[in-house]
Amino acid sequence: MIGNPSAEALVMAALLTLLAAVTIAIARQRNMFGVVIMSSIYSFLMASLMIVLDAVDVAMTEASVGAGISTVILLATLYLTGSMEYPQRRSVAIPLFVSIVVGAALVWGTIGLPAFGIADAPIHQHVAPTYIDFSRKHDMPPNIVTAVLADFRSFDTLGETTVVFTAGIGVLLLLQGGWRIGGARREDDTQGDDEI
Amino acid sequence: MRLDLILRVGAKLVLPFILLFALYVQFHGDYGPGGGFQAGVIAAGMVILYSIIFGVHAAKRIAPPIMVEMMVPMGVVIFTGTGVASLLMGNNFLDYTGFAHEYLHAHEWGILIVEFGVLVTVCGTMVAMFYAFVQRGRS
Repeated sequence: MIGNPSAEALVMAALLTLLAAVTIAIARQRNMFGVVIMSSIYSFLMASLMIVLDAVDVAMTEASVGAGISTVILLATLYLTGSMEYPQRRSVAIPLFVSIVVGAALVWGTIGLPAFGIADAPIHQHVAPTYIDFSRKHDMPPNIVTAVLADFRSFDTLGETTVVFTAGIGVLLLLQGGWRIGGARREDDTQGDDEI
Repeated sequence: MRLDLILRVGAKLVLPFILLFALYVQFHGDYGPGGGFQAGVIAAGMVILYSIIFGVHAAKRIAPPIMVEMMVPMGVVIFTGTGVASLLMGNNFLDYTGFAHEYLHAHEWGILIVEFGVLVTVCGTMVAMFYAFVQRGRS
């Protein structure tokens, strides 16, 4: 990709630059409302990046969950907590050190990765050919991603659904309160069915 | 609840198409991108947009909290039930081959049912979380 800049590479470079800009803006921003909106923009940029990488499923998830639902949930949280971060005087040395070490470790890790987009990367050699051959042999639906998620590896998806279920139940338990002690609900549970 | 005309009319125009798109993503998942998870989130997004524009009270009429909370475990039940059904048909857990006479049809049905289970759980969880956050602010 480098050396022969295609339109795709240019779009990718622009998106990555914007991502870096948004990240710096998030780090410098002290108003939480701004941070939430910035992270929504970050998710949209990420979704665009995923589309450039031809991962439309991931892009769709990122756009709907990252930019949509989590922004709304974070805004609802801000409504509860207030949107200004308390100014706190503390040394930046340790956080800076941790970020640099983690960042360096990640960059060091990418050196060991196979080159981007090559066909004989280990991930394409393991079970992927079996799935592709199998779905071709049986005339499975053309979107193999769906077939992999819901058929070949439906155990995984069952586990993921259970995770979503568990997370939802946990959030509901934490937020709706309603610890029933001796069958009686706490008094603040009865409030809250009026107009917003 | 202040009413903004442009927002209300715009939302009314967009809402049915969001739901339609969610159903498209759900049922076209075999051929295009997407599946139960994305469709569930998009459908939940419709309910959330509705409640942002028209108030939570109105949203609770189209998606009652009790139904939303039932949806959270219901999807897992549908998913697991599909697996149990395939067990009862003499195949492995979540092997859909017994659902129809032809291999391809059986697996399309299986994928469809399972994805529907994912949609139900995801949609229910997202809307229930949103309701929980909004309710919290009022007490």
